[in-house]
Amino acid sequence: MNKTIADLQIGEKGIIAQVCFNDIPLKLLEMGCMPGKEVELVQIAPLKDPLYIIVNGSHLAIRKEIAALIKIEVATKKNLCEEIKS
Amino acid sequence: MRRDKVINVALVGNPNTGKTSLFNQLTGLNQKVGNYPGVTVDKKQGKCKLSESVTANIIDLPGTYSINPNTIDESIVLETLINTKSADYPDVIIVVADVVNIKRNLLLFSQIKDLEIPTILAVNMADEMTKKGISIDIDLLQKELKSDVVLISARKNKGIKDLKGSILNPKIAKHTALSDFSKRMDIDFFNGIEADFKKHSLYKAWLYITQLNDMSFLTEEEQLHIEKYRKDEKKLAKLQHKETVLRYQQINAILKKTYVVDATKATTLRAKLDRVLTHKVFGYVIFASILMLIFQAVFDLASVPMDFIDKTFASLGEYAKANLPEGKLFDLITDGIIPGIGGIIIFIPQIVILFLLVAILEETGYMSRVVFLMDKIMRRFGMSGKSVVPLISGTACAIPAIMAARNISGFKARLITILVTPFTTCSARIPVYAIIIALIIPEERFLGFSLQGLTLMLLYLLGFLSAITSAYLLHKLLKVKSKSYFIIEMPNYKLPSLKNIGYTILEKTKAFVFEAGKIILAISIILWFLATNGPKQTFQKANEIVEKEIKRNKKPHTETERNTEIAKYKLEHSYLGIMGKTIEPMIKPLGYDWKIGIALISSFAAREVFVGTLATIYNVENPDDEASIKDRMRAEIRPTGGKRFDFPTGMSLLIFYAFAMQCMGTLAVVKRETNSWKWPIYQLISMTLLAYIAAFITYQVLS
Repeated sequence: MNKTIADLQIGEKGIIAQVCFNDIPLKLLEMGCMPGKEVELVQIAPLKDPLYIIVNGSHLAIRKEIAALIKIEVATKKNLCEEIKS
Repeated sequence: MRRDKVINVALVGNPNTGKTSLFNQLTGLNQKVGNYPGVTVDKKQGKCKLSESVTANIIDLPGTYSINPNTIDESIVLETLINTKSADYPDVIIVVADVVNIKRNLLLFSQIKDLEIPTILAVNMADEMTKKGISIDIDLLQKELKSDVVLISARKNKGIKDLKGSILNPKIAKHTALSDFSKRMDIDFFNGIEADFKKHSLYKAWLYITQLNDMSFLTEEEQLHIEKYRKDEKKLAKLQHKETVLRYQQINAILKKTYVVDATKATTLRAKLDRVLTHKVFGYVIFASILMLIFQAVFDLASVPMDFIDKTFASLGEYAKANLPEGKLFDLITDGIIPGIGGIIIFIPQIVILFLLVAILEETGYMSRVVFLMDKIMRRFGMSGKSVVPLISGTACAIPAIMAARNISGFKARLITILVTPFTTCSARIPVYAIIIALIIPEERFLGFSLQGLTLMLLYLLGFLSAITSAYLLHKLLKVKSKSYFIIEMPNYKLPSLKNIGYTILEKTKAFVFEAGKIILAISIILWFLATNGPKQTFQKANEIVEKEIKRNKKPHTETERNTEIAKYKLEHSYLGIMGKTIEPMIKPLGYDWKIGIALISSFAAREVFVGTLATIYNVENPDDEASIKDRMRAEIRPTGGKRFDFPTGMSLLIFYAFAMQCMGTLAVVKRETNSWKWPIYQLISMTLLAYIAAFITYQVLS
């Protein structure tokens, strides 16, 4: 199952599974969007883009193209991206 | 006498943490805004007395989420904190953090702390802790962070004394780093860096490699090392990601021991407001209403003080004329400087009102919702949701608007925003529009709307549409590669702080008056000089030549008539008149004569000069005529008989001013912001060309 943040319904939550360094800007990670964190989709902008999410205590708006790169699991199991695993 | 000791204190923090409030509390009105060398980022500094003998020089650095910069503003933070030779290099850093979002704030803190400069953590909005169900073990947190931690409430002026005490005598804040991430990631790689940069700490060396643009303070050998490491971009990106994850792990571990939040006390007001303000119907309706309100305020509210300023300067000019002795210098004061200064001051009411409203929208957190609502639409035109702020501000003045484009990450979106902002109808176009509309559009009503008002509205629409259209074209034509990240924080809603808004308005208005003022003043002096001087053979012999002419024609003439003839001749043969005559063949197809040509040339520097120049020209011709400029323009007759400012010529002028890039201040700002002459020159040529063609078509079709 390859669900991403872009697939969430409004009000639905998930756990971030993978954040791969070559796709995702460092800034997103710095804002707290990283593996193992819970993410909630709060609102979708009227034209379906951008998305308004809450992750790690931060209220953020991100574009769909980036949201579609962040894999999530609706279950609560951590699954770190290979390159990131320490 | 003993001299006061001055220490540098840098304020760093995430946006929306109340950093500016703290800065205002610490420094009061003892602040000044300057520029960082090379960039236009505002550098805010202020003095704060810490004790009898110690004064702090507080430097307010731009808000940032991380020391790794994404925008020009953010890169200033890194450059200031890393260059030990800079005059601003801090003795103490205060990291301002929001008590509610402390985790993310601590990421920045942990990066800053690793620079090994004494750092104090100021936890702001501490007064909301009980309400939000938050408790913090300060003593333990201090120990864990190896730094002083002070609870403050900047808006309520609480905890400021403790903070000052900590700056003066830090209990714990020492030159120690917090994290040892490097050893936990890739020991060999980082040992290599350590060996290559013996004179620097490892973390600083890591930042040089990943971030630094200006490496001038490093040795040649060190710069070569940096080039070497930068070759493997992928590896660096991977390590940066890993570093961030490790930092967060450390922060989470610390907060687990020291920070407790009772989740049941979370407020739902924000969620409710968000639902309404970003709603697919109400969201746009509310935004549109706020825009209407802003325009109404900018024009209706501002008109009273503007009329007052206009009248004051007119009577000041008359007073000066009546009371100053005659002479060239006094002419310069009455005809050059006083109207010049008046031309600047008159825009202050509009600018103050606009900045007041924009500042309120930003302070309350509403602007982020607008950015969220508009992003998809703006993206179709190659811009970003963040372009909305410059485009709105552009209706007051393009200069601050273009500066506001700075926080758009992604070079292309930012460039397009900068290039199209001057199309929006700025307040400098208003005097031109107002006078021409009054001349060519009858004072009648159509379906209850005033025709003159409708025309003005159409011109606004035209400005907006041309901005959007050219953005679309640029989006398709510009081949600029740039990565753009759209990640914005949706801050919590706040009541705006009057103090912060007051300071913002003061600062921006001051910048406008001095920046634009310098140019407008200089132009009016040059204009006056060009209008009152001319070549030897004609201008300086004006009296004799006119005298001869009168004698030859044997026309009867009075003393006044003779003076008018001389004045007319002088103007025509002044340097300014020669310039107007030279371009006359070019502008004839647009319906203009050489006098309008002079006004076009002079208003090249600033649009609002157009009306003033015509006033000066007709004034020089008829110095004793007391009629208003509007009546004089109405009375102006073509050689063929008809009115000079008839419908086709008027429309052609309106269209010309809607498109033309007639503002030197804007060009200068575009040059500074894009760091190249290419873009302002491109802007000047394309907009002037567009204006010429559009005005040409308008006149040819209508006449």
